[in-house]
Amino acid sequence: MIVSVASGKGGTGKTLVATSLALSVGKEVQLLDCDVEEPNDHILLKPIIHSSEGVFIPIPKIDEDKCNHCGKCSEVCAYNAIAVIKEKVLIFPELCHGCGACSYLCPEKAISEEGRRIGVVELGQSEAIDFVQGKLSPGEMMAPPVIREVKRHIHPQKTVIIDVSPGTSCPVVEAIKGSDFCLLVTEPTPFGLNDLTLAVEVIKKLDIPSGVVINRDGSGDSQVGRYCDGEGIPILLRIPLDTEIAILYSRGIPLVKGIPQWRESFLALFQSIKSKVGATADEG
Amino acid sequence: MKEVVILSGKGGTGKTSIVGSFATLAQSKVMADCDVDAADLYLLLHPQVRHEEEFWSGKTALIHKDLCTSCGLCEEVCRFGAIKDFEVDPISCEGCGFCFQVCPEKAISMKDNMAGHLFISDTRYGPLIHARLGIAEENSGKLIALVRSNAREMARKGNLDYILIDGPPGIGCPVISSLSGVNLSLIVTEPTLSGMHDLDRILGVCHHFGVLPLVCINKYDLNLENSQEIERYCGQMGVKVISRIPFDNVVTEALIAEVPVVEYSGDDVSRQIELLWGKVLKKLQDENRA
Ligand code: SF4
Ligand code: SF4
Repeated sequence: MIVSVASGKGGTGKTLVATSLALSVGKEVQLLDCDVEEPNDHILLKPIIHSSEGVFIPIPKIDEDKCNHCGKCSEVCAYNAIAVIKEKVLIFPELCHGCGACSYLCPEKAISEEGRRIGVVELGQSEAIDFVQGKLSPGEMMAPPVIREVKRHIHPQKTVIIDVSPGTSCPVVEAIKGSDFCLLVTEPTPFGLNDLTLAVEVIKKLDIPSGVVINRDGSGDSQVGRYCDGEGIPILLRIPLDTEIAILYSRGIPLVKGIPQWRESFLALFQSIKSKVGATADEG
Repeated sequence: MKEVVILSGKGGTGKTSIVGSFATLAQSKVMADCDVDAADLYLLLHPQVRHEEEFWSGKTALIHKDLCTSCGLCEEVCRFGAIKDFEVDPISCEGCGFCFQVCPEKAISMKDNMAGHLFISDTRYGPLIHARLGIAEENSGKLIALVRSNAREMARKGNLDYILIDGPPGIGCPVISSLSGVNLSLIVTEPTLSGMHDLDRILGVCHHFGVLPLVCINKYDLNLENSQEIERYCGQMGVKVISRIPFDNVVTEALIAEVPVVEYSGDDVSRQIELLWGKVLKKLQDENRA
C-alpha cells in the first residue's frame, strides 16, 4: 500500500506526520522523502545512509565532425535547449528535459548523450524503516526526474509512505501519482484552508481517496472542519497546538518518540487508512 | 526601481504574514505574489481584480485514433512513460513532441495548454500582480516570469520605486524564477532543525545566482539554542541576520481576521516587523547610491 502525505501549503506539519506514521507502523515500512527541494525527514529519523546514487538527465552532445548545422535539432526541441547559429550548435543544459528527440532525429547522427547530474538519491535505514530520499542540487530547476528516481525504489509488498513537496504543480503530481491513499495535512487558518482546497483539486484530478490531518488544532477557526464536512473528506487526526510538540519538532525529535502516547493515535490513523483503501479496492 | 524577494526555503515560516505587513508599511511599490502554486497573499490584501488573462504554456500530445495504426513507435520513444495503449496520459506528458515528430502516420498532434491565469489587481495598499497555476501544471517558472514582467511594467508606468515579491517555497524552478535578477532577498527562517537545513539550501541558491541574502529569524524564541546556531552559521557565511521576531499567536489571529499583522496588533511582533522593513528599505536605498 502506498500512502502519500501532502499539503497544499508548506510548513503545516507534513514531515511530522510522515515520520511519526512510519515509526508507528514500525515494520515492513518504507519512507520515501519526495520533497526533493527541501527533504527534511532525515532530520527527524536520522537514518544511516548506506548508499547513494546520482540522478542524471541525458543531455545532447554534438560530434562537431559529423554536424553539418542543418538545424533539425533546434527545430524539434520543445524547450529551446539547443540552438544552431551559423557554424555552431549551442546547448543550454539547464533547459534540456532530456527527452532524446534531438539525438534520435539528427539526420547526420551527430548527437550522442551525456549525463548531467541534477541531484542524488540516498538510501538508508532508520530502525525498521527503509529510508529513501531525493535531493535536488541547489541551482537546479527540475525536481520531477529526481522524484521519479526515488520512486523507482518502491517496494510493492511494503507499506510505503511518501512525503510530498508543498504546492499543486508537477512535482506534487509526480510524487502522489500511483498512491492508494493521500493524507492531506493542513492547519485551521484561512491559508491552510485555501491551500487544502487546492490540494483536494489535485487529489480529485488523480482520483485518489484522501483524508485530512489538522495540525495545530485550536490555534485558528473551524472553517477547515466545515469544508471537509461539505466535501465529504474524513478528518482522520487532529494534533493540537501545543508548545511541547513544537519544541520537539524544533529539536528534530519525532512526535511519537517525544510523547510515546501518540503512537496509538498514529496506529489508529494507519488502520483507518488501511480500511479505507480496502473498501475502495473492494468496490473496484 | 528595486526588487526584493522574500523567501523561506521551507514553507510555513510566516513569510506571507511578513510580506502582507510590508505591503502596509512600504510606500511607492507594486506587490507580486510569485507563489503561483498556492498563492495566499490575496487572503490578506483583498484585491479587486482589474484585469485577468489566460496563461498558455507548453503542449500536450494527442493521438488521433482514426489515423493511428498501432505501430507503437510513440510509446517506445517517449521517455516519460506518458503513452500506453496508444493513448496519452496528459498528466505524465511533458510536451516534448518526440512522439509527434516520429509518428509515421502523422496521427499525433500537439495541443496548447491553458496553464493558468494572471491577475492585475488593486488593493488598499497598491497594485498587486498575482497568478494561479492550473492544477497539475508545469511551467510555473514561466508564469512567475510573467508576473514579474507585469510588476516591472506597472512600476515603470506608475513611477513606483519598489517591487515586493512573495516567493514560493523550495529551491527549484519557481524559486529560481522569482529570484533571478532581484536586488535583495530576505529569507525568513525559523529555529527548527528543518528550518536551518532549508536555510542552508536556499542560501546556496542565492549564492549560485549572485543575489544578496539577508536573514530574519521568525519565532526565534521557540528554540533559543537553534536561533543562536543560525546566527553563528550565518556569521560564518558572511550573511547578516537583521531581525528576530518572537512567537506569538497574534500572527495566527491576524490571519483569521485576514489582515496584515501590523494592522491587527501593536505589540512586539508588529514592532519587529516595522523595524525589519526599515532595515530592508535602507539596504535597498544604499544599493541605489552604490
Ligand atoms: S534532449 Fe530534448 S530537451 Fe534536450 S536538447 Fe534534445 S530535444 Fe531539447
Ligand atoms: S510529447 Fe513527449 S512526453 Fe508527451 S507523449 Fe509525446 S513523447 Fe511522451
